[in-house]
Amino acid sequence: MLRASWKSLLGRKLRLLLSTFAIVLGVAFVAGTLVFTDTLSKSFDAIFASSVGDVVVTRDGSQTDDGSQTTRTVPASLVGRLAGAQGAARADGNVSSSGLFVVDRHGKLVGGNGPPGIAVNHNTAPAGHGVEGLAIVRGHAPTGAGEVAIDARTARTAGYRIGDTVSLVGSGSRASLHPTLVGLADFRDGGSTNGATITIFDPRTAQDLFLQGKDAFTDVWVTAKPGVSQAELRDQVRALLPAGYTAVTGDQAADDAASGVLEAIKFISTFLLIFAGISLVVGSFLIVNTFSILVAQRSRELALLRALGASRRQVTRSVLFEATVLGTLGATLGLGLGVLLAIGIRYLFSRFGLDLSGQPLVFQPSTAVVCYVVGIVVTVVAAYLPARRAARIAPVSALRDDVAMPASALHRRLVAGMVMMLAGAGAMAAGLLTDVPRPGYWVGGGILVALLGAAAASPVVGRPFLAAAAAAYTRLFGSVGRLAGQNALRNPRRTAATASALMIGLALVTTMATVGASSKASVDKAIADNFQGDLVVSNVVGERFSSSVGDRVDRLDGVAAVTRIRSGVATIDGHGQGVMAVDPAHLDSSVRVDMVQGATSDLRDGTVLVAEKTATKRHLEVGDTVRMTMPERRRNYRVAAITADNNPLLYYPYVLTLGSLERAGFQPADQQLIVDADPGVSVAQLKKQVDRVTADLPTVTVKDQDGLAAEQRGQFDQLLYLIYALLGMALVIALLGVVNTLALSVIERTREVGMLRAIGVSRRQLRTMVRLESVVISVLGALLGVGMGVVFGVALMGALRGEGLEVTVVPAGQLAVVVLVSGLLGVLAAVFPARRAARLDVLRAIATQ
Amino acid sequence: MTEQTTTRRAAARTVALTKTYGSGDAKVVALDEVDVELYAGEFTAVMGPSGSGKSTLMHCCAALDTATSGQVFIGDTELTRLKDKELTRLRRDAIGFVFQSFNLVPTLTAEENIQLPLSIAGRKPEKDWYDTVIETVSLGDRLDHRPNQLSGGQQQRVAVARALASRPSIVFADEPTGNLDSRSGAEVLSLLRRSVDEFGQTIVMVTHDPVAAAFTDRVLFLADGKVVDEMRSPDRETVLERMTRMDARQLEAVAGDGAL
Repeated sequence: MLRASWKSLLGRKLRLLLSTFAIVLGVAFVAGTLVFTDTLSKSFDAIFASSVGDVVVTRDGSQTDDGSQTTRTVPASLVGRLAGAQGAARADGNVSSSGLFVVDRHGKLVGGNGPPGIAVNHNTAPAGHGVEGLAIVRGHAPTGAGEVAIDARTARTAGYRIGDTVSLVGSGSRASLHPTLVGLADFRDGGSTNGATITIFDPRTAQDLFLQGKDAFTDVWVTAKPGVSQAELRDQVRALLPAGYTAVTGDQAADDAASGVLEAIKFISTFLLIFAGISLVVGSFLIVNTFSILVAQRSRELALLRALGASRRQVTRSVLFEATVLGTLGATLGLGLGVLLAIGIRYLFSRFGLDLSGQPLVFQPSTAVVCYVVGIVVTVVAAYLPARRAARIAPVSALRDDVAMPASALHRRLVAGMVMMLAGAGAMAAGLLTDVPRPGYWVGGGILVALLGAAAASPVVGRPFLAAAAAAYTRLFGSVGRLAGQNALRNPRRTAATASALMIGLALVTTMATVGASSKASVDKAIADNFQGDLVVSNVVGERFSSSVGDRVDRLDGVAAVTRIRSGVATIDGHGQGVMAVDPAHLDSSVRVDMVQGATSDLRDGTVLVAEKTATKRHLEVGDTVRMTMPERRRNYRVAAITADNNPLLYYPYVLTLGSLERAGFQPADQQLIVDADPGVSVAQLKKQVDRVTADLPTVTVKDQDGLAAEQRGQFDQLLYLIYALLGMALVIALLGVVNTLALSVIERTREVGMLRAIGVSRRQLRTMVRLESVVISVLGALLGVGMGVVFGVALMGALRGEGLEVTVVPAGQLAVVVLVSGLLGVLAAVFPARRAARLDVLRAIATQ
Repeated sequence: MTEQTTTRRAAARTVALTKTYGSGDAKVVALDEVDVELYAGEFTAVMGPSGSGKSTLMHCCAALDTATSGQVFIGDTELTRLKDKELTRLRRDAIGFVFQSFNLVPTLTAEENIQLPLSIAGRKPEKDWYDTVIETVSLGDRLDHRPNQLSGGQQQRVAVARALASRPSIVFADEPTGNLDSRSGAEVLSLLRRSVDEFGQTIVMVTHDPVAAAFTDRVLFLADGKVVDEMRSPDRETVLERMTRMDARQLEAVAGDGAL
């Protein structure tokens, strides 16, 4: 029996290859994601291992939850005391800041928008376990305010050589710096910056630049004497520390830092694995279909096996055996392709500034295990239904001329499909409208179940379309059209299953297109409604920039007012929460803030504005107090007024004054400036002037209302394109499904094709016939997908209405293009099967039984 | 039987038609310089034991297979010079087919199947002729049935109608009764016979059934790729006797080979 299955597998190499493709792509995506994330985490581990000392001492509250720096520092006097700790070889103070970027020779930011720009002071302290940290490898260490060292890779990318004047921009007290490059730094003991730029100053200069000139440090490294463990040294150091300071071992600090970063980038792997999942779901459709067709074609052979005494179980098993072989093969190829894909993803991320080229790919054994399990399980599960159907073939069929496969009634599938769609809609509604835990899973699961339901019901739902298409074809293409239309109708399950694979990908594309178009329209509307200022100055990275920019803009002629917007992080009720700060004096003129209670002018130092939703959730009213824990201060802020939720410029629900935020320990750097022009001054004129102020700050841009809207839309577009690219994968698999179904159909109808040729159908007409069938399948899939996607998209937007996304737009033009392109893809999918059909040798085709 | 004219016109003929498969030791000569004329308005049977080349002869004459050497004419058209496109057109317009296993398109109704070659060619059926054909196959109210709703005999009658509908100059039938019981077979053969007698249709039929051969005007006997005999106005007994003799000779040949 096993032998028979094996033989039948080998006898169908081409079909094998086609159906393996789906598994290969799905597994490749899983493998690529795993390899990439392992590589990513390995590389961050390496970075953090070489960027901590044996023991790291910090002041409590020196860093906020989002990693941004506060004004809490370690005084220099403590360093000397720590050096005297028992078991300590030395102690070194570090000044570090993120937010200082290197500008290359052409005025562009090195690394683009994304990787951090880290600035540190120079010292020779070894990292934990005696690993040499960042060291000057060429030139000399910087001394004085006019000198800087840069990591070698950044210098190379930016085109700077020792002796050049380097251009730096940042959020420190000075907006831009132009020191001379005197040294290149690198990790001698291995390690990479992952695309981050590192600038090194002498300690005094670093303190001036980043710590407002205090003789202090952001942290202190204490190095252990030989034979002293990190834990022992930590305990000794702790004994010396006054209250309010923390000492941790380097291993601990590295783990904490790495896990923080890995937590932050975990969404990348989650995101990628979701798409791997989508590919596999789509791929399993292809497998179900392929096996159904293969079983149908072999029905006589299987019946013969039954007639010769094989049990039902043996028949099922033989089909499942084939599936296992196929799954194994697919997983193997997928693994190989996955490694290539990981390289591709790595390249893609390097384009966004996360450069991992210093880290060889990490291939964990668990990756292989996961891939084989996924590949085999998906294939076997998908093949199970066809396998069971194969076992139901009656032995007597072996003697019959045309064997009809036993089939379940279509109306049962319709009912099952409808039930699933309702269940999916219910789960979506639960996720969107109620307070279930993990709403994302509910919505995602709901969409998946609804799509599977639609796939189950599609043979019935799609029938009117297929019939209409057949009629239209007959009218347009005569009998060739009629044949094509009838072929599509011939096996509605197969046609619909093939179309469904396409439906899934296109439904998600349509959902994203609808959400994207609606979000963009909402943003446009919100900005038009709420932004009353004339210009907005902001940092492309969302980084803070020096407050000196605002000072200079304020002094320009024609500027009526500058509203500064800053932000920080507070702990409220034990949770980290972003808070904003504004200057209430000018707020009303630049931003239209709808008030629920009170007025923006009620905002004073020590009070807070709260957004309506948050206020409702926390039962806050004007006069109540909110307790916030911030780096320098824990205190109650009185609620001065309640704002409406609809303002996109107020992106955090709590708004303080600039003074409150600064006193709470946040550096006085701006996130945005809103500039109002004097009456009679043209915005274009003003923009030119402001542009001049920010000319040497490539990270800071000046935008008018249209520009602001365009920028916000651009962010959506970037995300959308990324999602489309990933969904493209699912579409490719679906398209392969169409190719596969058509190719197998042609093989299945070999004799019929031969007969058509014999009675005078030309090769061209045959090709047209196959092509038309392909187009019907594709367009059916597109219509189903677009239909489902619009429903999903509108439902999502309905649920998001409360989040300030008020406009729902169905991008009809775009969706029409999707359907049209699907038709064209159908033509493309038919190329190979059509050629195959046209090339069939008439005689052999007729002779085939 | 109708009067035979002394000067017969050939609807199809072959000149030194040779067909070989394989090469070297594995070379098989299916047709060995066959010269044959298939006369217009006649019902011709081609008979012979398995491997005699009868199917190959038909396939070559019907533009389904290409000759290794020699010539094939349908009317005045020489087939071996034609390209695939022209052969397709020839099959569509000048040749009709009836297959052993019916080969109807399962998705089309009986009537649509009958009209298929015409509509593929983009031609309208000639009303009178079409009605005559429909009437002759006597399917009655089953014209809008799908093939799987028809009996074998009915399906084959549809296939015959399909072959006749475009008024081809010659119809080839490949063991048309091979899959039918004797009664259905006789119905199909009568239908073929009538189309020769009443409409002057030329039909060439490959068969190994002496009963079927008895319906024809002329039987060509093939053996080892050559035409070895010919019989006019055959009846079942003479054909049977002739076949038996050929089988015996073949047996002797095999026995002789074995003795070597």
